Amino acid sequence: MTTDYAPSIETTEGTVFNLSGGDWESLVTGVEGEQERIVVNMGPQHPSTHGVLRLILELDGETVVQVRPGIGYLHTGIEKNLEFRNWVQGVTFVTRMDYLSPFFNETVYCMGVEKLLGISDQVPERAKTLRILMMELNRISSHLVALATGGMELGALTAMTFGFRDRELILDIFEMVTGLRMNHAYVRPGGVSCDLPPGAVEKIRATVKHLRKSTQDNVNILVGNQIWLGRTKGVGYLDLQGCLALGVTGPVLRATGVPWDLRKTQPYLGYERYEFEVQTQDTCDAYGRFLIRLGEIAESLNLVDQALDFLEPGPVMIEDKSIAWPAQLALGADGLGNSQEHIAKIMSQSMEALIHHFKLVTEGFQVPRGQVYTAVESPRGELGAFVVSDDSTRPYRVHFRDPSFSNLQATPAVGEGGQIADLIAALASLDPVMGGVDR
Amino acid sequence: MTELTRGLEVREGSFGVHGSPDTSGYGGLRKVVSEIPAAEPPFGSWFDKAVLALSKSLKAKDLMPEQVIEKVMIYRAELTLMIAREHLLTVMQSLRDEDELSFEVCLGVAGVHWPEEQGREIHINYPLLSMLHNRRLSVEVALPVKDPRVASVTSVYPGNNWHERETYDFFGVIFVGHPGLTRILMPDDWPGFPQRKDYPLSGVDVEYKGAIIPPPDERRWYT
Repeated sequence: MTTDYAPSIETTEGTVFNLSGGDWESLVTGVEGEQERIVVNMGPQHPSTHGVLRLILELDGETVVQVRPGIGYLHTGIEKNLEFRNWVQGVTFVTRMDYLSPFFNETVYCMGVEKLLGISDQVPERAKTLRILMMELNRISSHLVALATGGMELGALTAMTFGFRDRELILDIFEMVTGLRMNHAYVRPGGVSCDLPPGAVEKIRATVKHLRKSTQDNVNILVGNQIWLGRTKGVGYLDLQGCLALGVTGPVLRATGVPWDLRKTQPYLGYERYEFEVQTQDTCDAYGRFLIRLGEIAESLNLVDQALDFLEPGPVMIEDKSIAWPAQLALGADGLGNSQEHIAKIMSQSMEALIHHFKLVTEGFQVPRGQVYTAVESPRGELGAFVVSDDSTRPYRVHFRDPSFSNLQATPAVGEGGQIADLIAALASLDPVMGGVDR
Repeated sequence: MTELTRGLEVREGSFGVHGSPDTSGYGGLRKVVSEIPAAEPPFGSWFDKAVLALSKSLKAKDLMPEQVIEKVMIYRAELTLMIAREHLLTVMQSLRDEDELSFEVCLGVAGVHWPEEQGREIHINYPLLSMLHNRRLSVEVALPVKDPRVASVTSVYPGNNWHERETYDFFGVIFVGHPGLTRILMPDDWPGFPQRKDYPLSGVDVEYKGAIIPPPDERRWYT
């Protein structure tokens, strides 16, 4: 049968209906009785698909028979672009990949470059602690977004307002320290771009104190909430075997009861000094992952406090002048720039300092031939960087193993066979960030 | 036009400029870019045991380890095994299933294009992780660009499905046995393989305060 709204064509597979902006009912009447499955495009702009993700669903009534994620809408060619910039410039690109966890992208890239240079143990202690400080703050802000958007997608709008309200306080700290709320380019090969500004430690301490209380709001309205339990418990089931087979890491893996957290199992930057518990649950479902994120927010707040305790005065950039960025960066009225004292020195006092600055900034430093793989525990799992150098001033090839990319691959495993509404909950619990998936 | 291809090669001069009168002295610079050398046993750490366990497993499958493992590389305390491409799947199976190895997780695959390495232009690198032993190693395979075929490891590590599609998308590596080898990040009808070195970055000139800035791949760079 045909209608104006849903014209049909006959194919060898049977009648195919095409619906575009018409009356849904006429399509359903047309299909009823024929026991056909419907193929629905969810996305690429659907509000609950976590960014520009397209899900091609094959539905039998409300049941999802098959899911095919379509990705690539946010591909920006960052890996290719890196090959045409020098090693330090690379940081400004990688920070934009997974835009909810920029400090992790920067750190894993810089750890790779430092490993190639063989200077990993020359990075000053203060720089390492600052990296951990910023990463843990970033973990909180990222998990807050996961809770906020996940709640919003299931209709818990208050969870969204609470989540974004608290995240803004952390972004304020980022802005104070790096000059930018997102896309910081703060971590550099050899250290970090600038030290904490005056008043930052006090501000961070006060914010942590405040967040300890305010993040409880989401705990109070969601943990044990019957509606929330009904939407997330037993939904998006993925057990240990499934996680290992699909290379799924992070909170999704820890929800199967495995305490695999690279900060504990393969510590980097001095994580072995910090005291924290790896959060696990054994429910393998969306509710378990939600509880893990809540737990990690609380643990990260403690880690931020510990990092502040460990901070000792000292340099934040490696001593080796052939690698270290020549200037301390300072915040001016128009954002982050070279400090005024440095400009005064190279422009009017020292010709050699000017030459040195010019060489290092325009030409960059050479990184010896080699290839390394480094990994950090990002809020979404193992973020890996495969960095290859051919002994020149530019990366020869950098590949990022982004956890969102691998975890999103599990969408069919967690969604097929369930209700279409549960697919949303399952996808939200994987917490993919499309900037990281597509790079 | 900037030179796009640089691999295992001899570089002369600096600044990427050739044929112009050189007064700086940089024109006389000569540098040879070499491969990462093969490591000689004993490798140290747990590496010897792992290589031995793999050799034993290969022998049990009637394979000569020295024909399968082309090279053992140790760089910055990371172990990389260069594997002959026809034996990749067997090696992966052993690495996952042998108790002494137990590399349960494969973290994807990344391609690297070395246009200067005749007959072995495309390298693909699989980082593996053993959660049981808390170890990492990488498996690398070199392929000729004219026939970039290699067995898909999706039967051993299903999670490599998208990663192999990505490597096909950007390097044109054909993973034989992959359940659906299509482009993943680039549009389906995209011509060429963007991350090969002979594929230009391309871009447009940008005017800034009256000066013209060329696109990144046409700017001067320093060897």
